[in-house]
Amino acid sequence: MSRAQSGQEAHLQEAAVNRITQCFAALRTQKRKALIPFITAGDPNPDLTVPLMHAMVSAGANIIELGVPFSDPMADGPVIQRASERALKHHMSLRHVLDTVREFRTRDNATPVVLMGYLNPVEMMGYEAFARAAAASGVDGVLTVDMPPEEAADLVAALQAHAIAPIFLLAPTSTPKRISMVNALAQGYLYYVSIKGVTGAATLDVEAVGRKLDEIRALTKLPLGVGFGIKDAATAARVAQLADAVIVGSALVQKIEQLEHEPDKIMPEIAALLAGMRRAMDEPSGTPK
Amino acid sequence: MSNYTALPDANGHFGPYGGRFVAETLMQPLEELRLAYERYKNDAGFIAEFDHDLKHYVGRPSPLYLAERWTRQLGGAQIYLKREDLNHTGAHKVNNTVGQALLAKRMGKTRIIAETGAGQHGVATATVAARLGLECVVYMGSEDIKRQALNVFRMKLLGATVVPVESGSRTLKDALNEAMRDWVTNVDNTFYIIGTVAGPHPYPMMVRDFQSIIGREARAQILEQAGRLPDALIACVGGGSNAIGLFYPFLEDEGVAIYGVEAAGEGLDTVHHAATLCNGRPGVLHGNRTYLIEDDDGQIIETHSISAGLDYPGVGPEHAWLKDSGRANYVAITDNEAVQAFHDLTRIEGIMPALESSHALAYATKLAPTMEKDAIIIVNLSGRGDKDMHTVAAREGVRV
Repeated sequence: MSRAQSGQEAHLQEAAVNRITQCFAALRTQKRKALIPFITAGDPNPDLTVPLMHAMVSAGANIIELGVPFSDPMADGPVIQRASERALKHHMSLRHVLDTVREFRTRDNATPVVLMGYLNPVEMMGYEAFARAAAASGVDGVLTVDMPPEEAADLVAALQAHAIAPIFLLAPTSTPKRISMVNALAQGYLYYVSIKGVTGAATLDVEAVGRKLDEIRALTKLPLGVGFGIKDAATAARVAQLADAVIVGSALVQKIEQLEHEPDKIMPEIAALLAGMRRAMDEPSGTPK
Repeated sequence: MSNYTALPDANGHFGPYGGRFVAETLMQPLEELRLAYERYKNDAGFIAEFDHDLKHYVGRPSPLYLAERWTRQLGGAQIYLKREDLNHTGAHKVNNTVGQALLAKRMGKTRIIAETGAGQHGVATATVAARLGLECVVYMGSEDIKRQALNVFRMKLLGATVVPVESGSRTLKDALNEAMRDWVTNVDNTFYIIGTVAGPHPYPMMVRDFQSIIGREARAQILEQAGRLPDALIACVGGGSNAIGLFYPFLEDEGVAIYGVEAAGEGLDTVHHAATLCNGRPGVLHGNRTYLIEDDDGQIIETHSISAGLDYPGVGPEHAWLKDSGRANYVAITDNEAVQAFHDLTRIEGIMPALESSHALAYATKLAPTMEKDAIIIVNLSGRGDKDMHTVAAREGVRV
């Protein structure tokens, strides 16, 4: 899967991960860990997404994972599936998600944005057209959850040619061979799925996660994010001691769902939830009081 | 010499189709499944047990029956019916569930899960799970549960837990999503029996291999009965397991024309159909690249067919490949045409076909009259119509 790279391409690849690598480099010097919230674009309505992204950054988010709605989100639990359904009622297509990022960039040119979704909308747009449009919108990374490294060569090449980091999942079932295969293609950071299951399903086992992260760290230099099962500040703080990034999705999306009919409360409550996690993660002892 | 039977490649690709498009958590379990299947498919003990069960439990070989009266009425080619409707549980589905359940047992799995649309695959899975004493959970869209109450009751009698799926369109595709979610959560002790030639590699290959007993028997039977190969094969295609089962052993016989029949629902010029190969576009869903019914944004669209077993927005990747390569032709039959064929076969031959199989029969009524009287067509009668009594009655305003 390796491909020869000209100096020009290598330069672009460097740019590909600039916002993301700069983010992790800055946090490292501050001895802090990245907080990465996930929301689905267009949930509960498209007008709220950009303001919510800004509010999350103000509350302490370092990178934003923006979910691209899909009709058949096979790897997600019911919470994120319903978020997709709410967004799709507003016809939140991949094109609209890219517009959302472009609008976000008019006020924030520093916070990395990673699109997270399924392959089919990208297939429909075409890899090259998608990568070009995503780069023009200010997208920094792309995670397609149903695209393992075995199937990824073409999309990775298209993303890298447009300075976008291909981000991949690792799982408790990933063997050393698979970890190395993923590492050879991935840029930006690796997303460790902490549990066997779908998003939002269970609470993670911090000790087991720590053991697996040690195994992964021996095979990669990329920062490691941990997601799936982080529901509260205490868990976020414990994971922050082990990983480079804490990824929070279903807990936020659940809150958005509860407030679907009181949208004015969504921004303050999501900000409060994230700020609590941020504080707990930044405690010197690493444990919240 | 063509090479139609050489696929898939090591990564499960049929040309650009197939593959493994699942989240990382499932990649290693899929690899373990592939290795187990590669090992046992050539294992004499496994093959002997599979053949034994097909003969004594399923009731194979199924007959190849010359429908003389129907042939005379149509006035063209002779029509032979491959009687998969006579299998235990009433359809071809059991060929595959017997094979996968034997594999599950050898892999030490104690729990079986499955998705089902019409309920035929669910019943066939619950059946083999009962026989092997394995826990069985079947995912079924809540819409389909309403439409197929009898099969739900059957599965429960067999000891299976039927889980209603309330997400998405509440039909087969959503049941498949939910079964995949169960599998990713319980992968250590659970074997997922997929019911059709779709899903991630190795499923399309494995299900094809188990279903190929249909075509191997049919090929030997027609050589014995007619002394030569047929001129055409016809089978209905939803996911496409009965069709690939019939087609595969004939793929290298280039003189045999192959027709896969999709559900045109209310018509290909409406949005209410399930004719994926006739009207769809390539994309990625449920673990493989194949033709899909989707909108311009790559979102999957709800399909329609009078037969729940054909009501699916994807299709097996090998069919996508056979279409592109030109080896097989894919056509579509409307609800009305299928119901007419259901009545015709019932009244003329005394055989009540499933509405899925009725699509294949309806195409035979179009094709046969265009052929010489000494030509031969084999139609896969993939299942019996008992399950469809409520659908046919309701359509005709009859209460049963």
